[in-house]
Amino acid sequence: MLSVQENQPVEFSATLLEKFAEIVSRYPQGKQKSALLPILHLVQADYGWLSSDAMDKVATYLDIQPIEVYEVATFYTMFFLKPQGKYNLEVCRTGPCCLVGAEKIMKHIESRLGVKEGEVTADGLFSWRGVECLAACGFGPVLQIGPEYTFYENLTEDAVDLLIDTLKNNTTQQA
Amino acid sequence: MGRKLLLQHINEPGIHTFDVYRQKGGYRAVEKALKTMSTDEVVEEVKKSGLRGRGGAGFPTGMKWSFLAKPEGVARYLVCNGDESEPGTFKDRFLMTHIPHALIEGMIVSSYALGASVSYIYVRGEMMPQIRILERAIQEAKAAGFLGTNILGTGYNLELYVQPGGGAYICGEETALLESLEGKRGNPRIKPPFPAIAGLYGCPTVVNNVETIASVVPIINDGGDEYAKIGIERSTGTKLISASGNINKPGVYEIELGVPVEEFIYSDEYCGGIANGKTLKALVAGGSSVPILPNNLICKTISGNPRLMTYESLADGGFATGSMMGSGGFIVFDEDQCIVRNTWNFTRFYHHESCGQCSPCREGTGWMEKVLHKIEHGQGTVEDIDLLWDIQRKIEGNTICPLGDAAAWPVAAAIRHFRDEFEWHVLNPKESQSRNYGLAHYADPITAVTQ
Repeated sequence: MLSVQENQPVEFSATLLEKFAEIVSRYPQGKQKSALLPILHLVQADYGWLSSDAMDKVATYLDIQPIEVYEVATFYTMFFLKPQGKYNLEVCRTGPCCLVGAEKIMKHIESRLGVKEGEVTADGLFSWRGVECLAACGFGPVLQIGPEYTFYENLTEDAVDLLIDTLKNNTTQQA
Repeated sequence: MGRKLLLQHINEPGIHTFDVYRQKGGYRAVEKALKTMSTDEVVEEVKKSGLRGRGGAGFPTGMKWSFLAKPEGVARYLVCNGDESEPGTFKDRFLMTHIPHALIEGMIVSSYALGASVSYIYVRGEMMPQIRILERAIQEAKAAGFLGTNILGTGYNLELYVQPGGGAYICGEETALLESLEGKRGNPRIKPPFPAIAGLYGCPTVVNNVETIASVVPIINDGGDEYAKIGIERSTGTKLISASGNINKPGVYEIELGVPVEEFIYSDEYCGGIANGKTLKALVAGGSSVPILPNNLICKTISGNPRLMTYESLADGGFATGSMMGSGGFIVFDEDQCIVRNTWNFTRFYHHESCGQCSPCREGTGWMEKVLHKIEHGQGTVEDIDLLWDIQRKIEGNTICPLGDAAAWPVAAAIRHFRDEFEWHVLNPKESQSRNYGLAHYADPITAVTQ
């Protein structure tokens, strides 16, 4: 994943542009705006979040107004308008998961990472937030980590510790 | 053991692959429909089956299909609704993860019946792994000649694409889904016109749930009449139930419609009873939107009959003493759960997910969330309970789409059946912060029912 600072211009790679073209080909002529959500997901997977420059360039690519991209990016909860941690832990906070301990898991993540919901740790590695029902109620508590949206089910505090340690170690080894 | 039509081969290793699925009799429905049946005959079988939409509304699928307008020279679309987001529901994720080809096969047969040559499967964006599973399944089916041009030499052409959502419950509403598929915010459209007349890109469109589409496969294989033999009255066939909450065996179960609720909760074949030896306190039978039922109205209806897992029996007694089948999101609450806290949680969900188009829903869900937060945190008054009742009543029926109703019903039912627990919270603000009301409600269940 590339990391882009705020207000930094972006340039879509050839690979990315190739994927954009394949997506646009799925819709009838003139309906290329349908590609907006899939393309925003790809951009976010590459850059970690959607900067205004990235959104403007998507608008240009799809031949639509920038506002048409902004209004979509601000409507859907999956799109981030500011940088997140490299690993953004999204914990389901809706009813069924709460019946089996989701609130305890969120408290544990908060104290373990030492940052509040929506904030990023000082090393830039982690952020977390509660999200609404992830359609995995029978396997709760659950959390997901983008951009792959890998799922972690039947969470316990120990499992969360192990997950955070593993992600940290992976990063240290990569570096 | 009940019959399984969708999850029959769920434990077969490799059933997610084309080869194993095909070995187990997969894609026979495509062969049968495309080679031996006219499009009208396929629609007729689905009508005969009595299949009702599995997404929540329970509208007869065959009838929905027959409403599709067919003007000359205009494209028609089938869009599959895989935006599974109703709290308590996780059957579509399960089906797409483990038997993706059941959905692909259903899409091919259904698209043929409706005369669509391009179809989309809209899957919620968080299900990226499932999106990749489906895309792979599509490639496999295409390589085997079941998708693309001139399928099985019949001259029928179909392209199938998977479209990710962006994380918005409202896109499960069919017109919001179409807006989203067109690259816009998920604001539901005013109906009419219905999608059958003007849907995707203004063209005639059918939107069906994942499970509904997958159910078309056994209907075509065995015939609509065979399918209709399973179940009771207007609840035909099998249904996937997502069981969650305080039970021993949470998971997805395929049931023949008509299984008694008591058996579903306590039998080892299904939920296996309440976890940790606790007592059942309440049930949300069909996803967070449907009315919550107290213990004394779960296994028996108000008239004393066993309550069954059917559209009719779950709704027996109307909203006064019944609930709804909804999407089959079966959430079980044990004695340690707080109804006020859960109602607050659900209301926060609806507030978060309201698209903001209609003021009763946009403002009302927020007010309800605030009032419930107050009560749950020991700062409520008795008047707040009446205020909540008043707000939910003013949301219901006053919005473009059913999200308003979905937000109002759980609040209404919680107050209707558990008013004593709300009152206990406001009258015992300190105590309510340190312990739960438990089963005190059932000391006098008759009072509870008549309230």
